[in-house]
Amino acid sequence: MLETVVSGIRFSNPLLLASGIMDETADSMIRISKSGAGGIVTKSIGMEEREGYENPVVYELPNGLGLLNAMGLPNPGIENYKNEIKNALKGGVPVIGSIFGKDAGEFLYLSKRMEDYGVHAIELNLSCPHAKGYGMEIGVDENLVEEIVNEVKKSVNIPVWAKLTPNTHKIVDIAKAAEKADALVLINTVRGMAIDVDARVPVLKNVYGGLSGPCIKPIGVRAVYEVYRETQKEIVGVGGILNGRDALEYIMAGAKAVQIGTAIYYRGVGVFHEIASEMREWMKKNKVSKIKELVGIAQVR
Amino acid sequence: MYRVVEIEEVRDEAKDVKTFFFRDTSNPQPGQFYMIWIPQVDEFPMSISYIGELKGFTVKKIGKGTTKMHSLQKGDKLWLRGPYGKGFKIEEGKALVVGGGTGMATLAPLAEMLGNKDIIIAAKSEDEIIFRNRFKENVFFATDDGSLGFKGFATKLAERMIEEDDYKIIYTCGPEMMIRKMVDIAKERKIKIQASLERYMKCGIGICDSCTINGYRVCVDGPVFSEEILFSMDDLGRRWRAKSGKSISKEENHDIGEKSQ
Ligand SMILES: Cc1cc2nc3c(=O)[nH]c(=O)nc-3n(C[C@H](O)[C@H](O)[C@H](O)COP(=O)(O)OP(=O)(O)OC[C@H]3O[C@@H](n4cnc5c(N)ncnc54)[C@H](O)[C@@H]3O)c2cc1C
Ligand SMILES: Cc1cc2nc3c(=O)[nH]c(=O)nc-3n(C[C@H](O)[C@H](O)[C@H](O)COP(=O)(O)O)c2cc1C
Ligand code: FES
Repeated sequence: MLETVVSGIRFSNPLLLASGIMDETADSMIRISKSGAGGIVTKSIGMEEREGYENPVVYELPNGLGLLNAMGLPNPGIENYKNEIKNALKGGVPVIGSIFGKDAGEFLYLSKRMEDYGVHAIELNLSCPHAKGYGMEIGVDENLVEEIVNEVKKSVNIPVWAKLTPNTHKIVDIAKAAEKADALVLINTVRGMAIDVDARVPVLKNVYGGLSGPCIKPIGVRAVYEVYRETQKEIVGVGGILNGRDALEYIMAGAKAVQIGTAIYYRGVGVFHEIASEMREWMKKNKVSKIKELVGIAQVR
Repeated sequence: MYRVVEIEEVRDEAKDVKTFFFRDTSNPQPGQFYMIWIPQVDEFPMSISYIGELKGFTVKKIGKGTTKMHSLQKGDKLWLRGPYGKGFKIEEGKALVVGGGTGMATLAPLAEMLGNKDIIIAAKSEDEIIFRNRFKENVFFATDDGSLGFKGFATKLAERMIEEDDYKIIYTCGPEMMIRKMVDIAKERKIKIQASLERYMKCGIGICDSCTINGYRVCVDGPVFSEEILFSMDDLGRRWRAKSGKSISKEENHDIGEKSQ
């Protein structure tokens, strides 16, 4: 009932673990696989080992709105990640290797390594810092996005997913620049910050951070809806999914699968099983037998 | 969201260890921890060491954040989130409480709630022993240099006491090498055990994976674990994670040297 296929990869259900949440260690990825996730996206891995930013790196927004984080892309570095992937594959579900770099050359190198390690697909994290600075992300530069996607596509044989940033006014143009990708992943976190009024300073050590959780869901749904409409590409929706209805909302906007991150903080590791049964229940009640029937159904023609 | 609390009293406990008392709306269980933020300095995890009306953190001066905390006085403020994690569960029968260094801070509120128990308070030497007068009876001291009580590791004293008495449950916290040893002893002697672990924490809320040991997040699934999980933890006392998430051995973990026992 919940099976789905994205870029030729078959998932037993459309609920994948989002990059950066409980996916640095193989043991955690295996645990999430066994907890009902249809697939796993690894933490974003770069060329060198990085410690990430100092604490505070997360801020819990009040009233269940979501989280603000600035982890600073901590990761062991690609050369130290081989064993982690090898073990994560024992979870028995497809593993998508997320990578970040500063230019096409780095993305290309990282993709090839990930392919060697045995991942089922590559996810390009295009929300990493642009070499030009100013807090700009690589993913807002159409030319760079096109170059990275095309270079990586040319050199690996596994599917390539491009994960786009919502921090741009031209998401459709960026999606078109990433046209050669096998699937698009929408969205990464939304740039934001928080100030503690009593301390009179920004909370995050890095000052700026990325918003995730329920407060960004409408932004994610809109991005999926717009891009699906304009490109007809295969889409994976992500941002603020907390329950079965949220996942269905993304699917109706045009996503064939979704990713789940912050909901683990709200509902625990069992969230994949729970959302899957919430979806099944809705589908039974509404006499829908396959996810496929719902993809993009909400598009107003 | 952080809550701001005011320090009402600061007490010297031992060399480089102070307790900070405050009032707060939360209702923690022994073994739970908070994230303490000192704006513009650092944010770090800290167990609750007093859980009554007046609550306390018992803090050892280690690095940037804890050094700043040691300079704070009555009337100064702390920013908190928590309490987080799973605390101790009280089991039937006579208990052996084994605390090494500031590990005793985590165990103290539990020890106060236990009926039938013996307590081992251990440290490198007498001047590092905390809570020397907090418990009225059944307290045994162990120091590496013999300056107070038993001369030698807490684990050696514990083994001797286990020979003589019929403990049903061991509660422990302290350097990870000590916990590893206590877990091995408990397994061999078929005694129940609960241990509170410390791993490098970033988020404190179970999302970043930095504190994970064998698939268990210390911040959410722990910090207190019981025997069925502890016996299966291959990495306990053997492998750690660097701040980058890289898997490292005992030899590569430079923090563990001074903390080992
Ligand atoms: C669940 C838990 C409960 C704890 N309870 C107590 C307690 O009751 N009393 C007490 O004195 N200490 C306790 N600690 C240890 C305490 O968190 C560290 O000593 C403190 O974070 C050091 O911060 P710093 O800024 O002074 O050091 P830093 O300058 O940041 O670093 C010095 C060293 O301290 C350790 N450390 C630093 N940050 C962390 C962190 N976020 N998590 C774990 N270790 C860290 C590392 O080994 C590091 O190399 C606890 C740790 C955990 C995980
Ligand atoms: C703590 C944290 C770390 C993250 N790290 C990454 C990362 O390394 N790479 C990436 O592409 N996205 C990262 N993200 C973004 C998520 O993958 C996801 O796009 C975003 O959180 C929205 O989904 P959610 O609301 O379900 O969490 C991170 C998010 C969080 C909360
Ligand atoms: S500190 Fe982030 S998962 Fe435990």
